[in-house]
Amino acid sequence: MAAGGVLAAFGIPAARAATKAAPRVVVIGGGFGGASCARLIKGEDRDITVTLVEANSTYIACPFSNAVIAGLRPLEQQKFGYDRVRAAGIEVIHRKVTAVDTKQRTVRLDDGKQLAYDRLVVAPGVELRFDAIPGYNEAAAEVLPHAWKAGEQTLLLRRQLEAMKDGGVVVMSAPANPFRCPPGPYERASLIAHYLKTHKPRSKLILLDAKDAFSKQKLFEAAWRELYPGMIEWVSLSSGGNVTRIETDTRTFVTEFGSHVADVGNVIPPQRAAAVAALAGVADQTGWCPVDPVSFESTLQPGVHVIGDAIIAGGMPKSAFSANSQARVCATAVVDLLRERKPASPKLINTCYSLVAPDYGISVAGVYQPANGLLTDVPGAGGVSALDAPKSMRAQEATYAEAWFKTITHGVFG
Amino acid sequence: MTRALVNVPKTAKRGEIIEIRAMIQHVMETGYREGPNGVTLPRNIIKRFVCKYGAQEIFSAELFPAIAANPYMAFSTVATETGTLTFEWTDDKGETQSASAEITVT
Repeated sequence: MAAGGVLAAFGIPAARAATKAAPRVVVIGGGFGGASCARLIKGEDRDITVTLVEANSTYIACPFSNAVIAGLRPLEQQKFGYDRVRAAGIEVIHRKVTAVDTKQRTVRLDDGKQLAYDRLVVAPGVELRFDAIPGYNEAAAEVLPHAWKAGEQTLLLRRQLEAMKDGGVVVMSAPANPFRCPPGPYERASLIAHYLKTHKPRSKLILLDAKDAFSKQKLFEAAWRELYPGMIEWVSLSSGGNVTRIETDTRTFVTEFGSHVADVGNVIPPQRAAAVAALAGVADQTGWCPVDPVSFESTLQPGVHVIGDAIIAGGMPKSAFSANSQARVCATAVVDLLRERKPASPKLINTCYSLVAPDYGISVAGVYQPANGLLTDVPGAGGVSALDAPKSMRAQEATYAEAWFKTITHGVFG
Repeated sequence: MTRALVNVPKTAKRGEIIEIRAMIQHVMETGYREGPNGVTLPRNIIKRFVCKYGAQEIFSAELFPAIAANPYMAFSTVATETGTLTFEWTDDKGETQSASAEITVT
């Protein structure tokens, strides 16, 4: 106490003194962003005490979960634990966060425990908005799964597709931007069509969209014509694709100009940063989190960094690859700031692979740098797979996708 | 041919207020934008929209360059009789696209 008093007398806050002793970082959220960031901070500076708070003891990865829906992959291959994260010298606590006090710099957990931090990293991911489409709430998701968080929902959609009769109609709906995994709905439509073509060839898939354009659109549409002719009907916003109501008792998707009855329905609702972002005060009125693109520090809460799907990332899409890239930059920035160094302006990379069929992969890549307070595309960098690529190239890209998943999950959890 | 979409309740009670929706796929080019070659893109917008209930005009609108692509209009009227609602969109060149929907009033 006396020491604190003396320091305070000299105008040095007690927290700063503690920082010099052993800086403490708390990371909330153990996904591709948070778990990576925790490990990278520890990897850069062993002297920093890093605590990772994640509600679930098993992480179920979303990338490749569309293959689970299509029956191409067991869910078990999507599951990862935190043993290696612990082995890296990080304290991993499987608890929910109930409060964040950004003035006192503390995080409270649902067992009443309080964690003090010098810098906080929030990587909360998304939550599905059950207030966005009338009729689509959590109970409705048990009938018309979203399967936009991998796990039970993924398996539910899989079981429904298995139980559907040949000649059935699958109806999907995709939200307006921004949302997690921009090519995801179209990869899912492709892989469901692959399943239907293989097992239930008289069936059809209708994809209702709240947008007029989507990621890798030309590649997807060309592949659909080639692999699944007449099977996938994409209904754009300007063709009346905006879903305004869900009626679960009849499995009906009501749009502004009509309605579609599904044998199997998949609603991908609008999203926002998960609740802990609001608890920490880092989400704005859009539901997403504005950040400084150099350090990923929240523009709303000093000392709190936000990474991953929850942030307003400008040109950068919400993907596991992006979250991982951001984790790298954020980790370095957090260490720099704790050591009173100025973080350097970064360049970040994203690559999203999508499978259109098990042996048919396509990709989009981009490079981003801070400009005007946002992450902005570096002109001329990145690009998409060639529209006229041979089958061998598509097969190769499918193996690249698999290799990427192995690499990233090994880096985060292995 | 551009696509026009309309939504009218199939049935209504006499005197009931019903909602009508109409959307047309159209670029609504303002006439102020430059194309990739630096040449200004000619203005091309829907200028006028009219909805008739039977022979009676119940809603019309003049549209201007500030209106976004694929103009979408929703309005309401009173269901008076069984009949046809017709919708007409007229563009800068004077070309007209139409759509119609039936309503049964009880």
